Amino acid sequence: MERFALPRIAVPEEKPHLEGKTEPHVVAEDFSVFYRANEAVVKVSMEIPRGLVTAIIGPSGCGKSTFLRALNRMNDLIPGCRTAGKLYFDGQDIYGPNVDVVALRQRIGMVFQKPNPFPKSVFENVIYGPRILGIRNRSELAEIAERSLVRAALWEEVNDRLNENALGLSGGQQQRLCIARALAVDPEILLMDEPTSALDPRSTARIEDLIGELRGNYTIVLVTHNMQQAARVSDLTAFLYEGVLVEFGETRRLFTKPRKKETEDYITGRFG
Amino acid sequence: MESKTQLGTRKLLDRSFTGLGVGSIVLMVAALIIVLGPIFVRGWGSFLFRATVEHRQMMLENFGRGDAEVILAEAAAAEQARQPVYVMIARFEEELDEMGSPERREYRGYLGELKDRLRELLGPLPGEPRPVLPRSQYGQTRWDRAVVKLRDVLYVEEYDYSDPTRMGQRILVPRVKDFEGTSLEPLFAYIEQNLTEMLRPRVTFYWRFLFDTSVDAHFFGGIWPEVLGTLYLTVGAMLFAVPLGIVAAIYLAEYAGEGRIISGLRSFISTLAGVPSIVFGLFGLAFFINAIHISRSKSVLAGSLTLAVLVLPTVIRASEEAVRAVPQTYKEAALSVGASKWRTITTVILPAALPGILTGIVISMGRAAGETAPIIFTAAVSVGRPLKLWQTLTQGTPALPWNIYNLATEHEAVDEIRHVQYGMVLTLVLLVLLLNIAAILLRARITRKLRG
Repeated sequence: MERFALPRIAVPEEKPHLEGKTEPHVVAEDFSVFYRANEAVVKVSMEIPRGLVTAIIGPSGCGKSTFLRALNRMNDLIPGCRTAGKLYFDGQDIYGPNVDVVALRQRIGMVFQKPNPFPKSVFENVIYGPRILGIRNRSELAEIAERSLVRAALWEEVNDRLNENALGLSGGQQQRLCIARALAVDPEILLMDEPTSALDPRSTARIEDLIGELRGNYTIVLVTHNMQQAARVSDLTAFLYEGVLVEFGETRRLFTKPRKKETEDYITGRFG
Repeated sequence: MESKTQLGTRKLLDRSFTGLGVGSIVLMVAALIIVLGPIFVRGWGSFLFRATVEHRQMMLENFGRGDAEVILAEAAAAEQARQPVYVMIARFEEELDEMGSPERREYRGYLGELKDRLRELLGPLPGEPRPVLPRSQYGQTRWDRAVVKLRDVLYVEEYDYSDPTRMGQRILVPRVKDFEGTSLEPLFAYIEQNLTEMLRPRVTFYWRFLFDTSVDAHFFGGIWPEVLGTLYLTVGAMLFAVPLGIVAAIYLAEYAGEGRIISGLRSFISTLAGVPSIVFGLFGLAFFINAIHISRSKSVLAGSLTLAVLVLPTVIRASEEAVRAVPQTYKEAALSVGASKWRTITTVILPAALPGILTGIVISMGRAAGETAPIIFTAAVSVGRPLKLWQTLTQGTPALPWNIYNLATEHEAVDEIRHVQYGMVLTLVLLVLLLNIAAILLRARITRKLRG
């Protein structure tokens, strides 16, 4: 059967400050996640560098979301879910016995696949986290709200409708609001679980721009099924297949000169 | 060919199903109209009716209501119109003394009966001591009842048993026949023609029917003790059932796992919702009063607790459904910014589940307000005064559902107070209706707020 010529993934030029001077922020050592007997993530070992964008790609059901949600222990919600191996965040074992999950999640924020603002006003959405942390001062809260919305590139669009219900915003705005909400508690890491999969191309582009702006200040881990997106916004890319980390490396290198056969097959669209 | 017949069968099935559905809805609406129609029409008669001067006098003497001078003047005018009746009777009594013995005894019997009927219509006859019971102190206060009593004055009820194959036929024999040829003969025509002057009916809007206490076991006055008792019982039941129910719902939806014990517990709660209410009533008596002595005897507290147990399954189930219906994404969003489970529940899940929870609560309130069986043994008394708040801990209370039953079956003069019974039914129906409308509005408002 004749093979079709497949488009190659466009990879931008090398990004600045990625010359081996990065330090690991999250370290996985033979880390596995089980759903009852089923091993969804199999002995993954990788180092996620501080301040950079790390993309995790792979076909549906490869365990990339599971791995991401393991980083801030969102999998704890799922009954029958357990882990093995080690996962370190700033040298501290995330699954250690004395970990305060609530405090951990404040340091490792998350943005979800579908925009999920609360059915409250824009302002109340952004300051939900700080409120939980016990900040009561109105002007301080207003300051945090403005700072977070500016960082999430949403301030210009919503500064005159802070008291309107967040569900009245467009999908893209809602997703940036969720990013602002995550940023409001000053996390060190931002986990993004396919943040643009429910958005139109224009909103997607805005979110991708935003990820570029946040890069450097936050460690970002981005799960995406969209390889172009991974190529556009990430510094490092990990390819997960059936729970196994097949290949992990600099994005440009991985997309242009994949070392593994499976990686090449996947990025050229032969499966997945 | 075969597919064609199948199509025909399917169409027929579809049509008959639609027919059945529409039919049952029509039947339901018809039943509702047939039941509610008379309730509204006759219940309204407790508030708006033609009140006689007796009503105004009764109001003045028992509630201190109305302009005393005006009412007394009116009563005097009515007395004036009644005077010929009394004069005729007095004269007839004098004539009786001159009659022969057997004749006199016969007329005395007739006269005694006539006087009984007149007392019912117009109140005590002149010169008689004031009766003890308020019901005998006044004549008819309502014109519709006066018309019935007038018939009793004018006619004697007799039964014709001449045809043994049929039940006794009731015939009304004019009472004037008893007194044919005596000086009392014109009395009946006089009463018939002058009853309006004697009772002076006037259309009256008695809105205080809702807020007056009853006089002499509902012969006169209003239904406030019943209304207040119902409110106490309902609010009291909610006070216990709502917090418990919501906490239980949160536990079941958020904390309890999916184990065998929990699913058993769930079906147990569902079953509990179907237990006959009289069983709850007996439980309330056995447990709250006899076992833990929450009060010495019937009390609003014991009744409220019993009703709370009755509606608890409904509250739990409605609240659990509502909590479960909150999108998982809200929960994840709250947890991901570092909210604890408890904070997530109080700040995100409960507000989002509020419409559903409220609906469950208000439906339960309607149920608690209307339940009769659970309060028979635990709270309801036939006659009582409106309770002060602290008295609810130790005392029973009249309540609308129980007193409707009581007035319909156990009251010593069911026919005399039919209108009160209908007034109570109307009040109860409106109360429950109001609660349901409130639930719908509340739900709509909160849902709108949540949707943005």
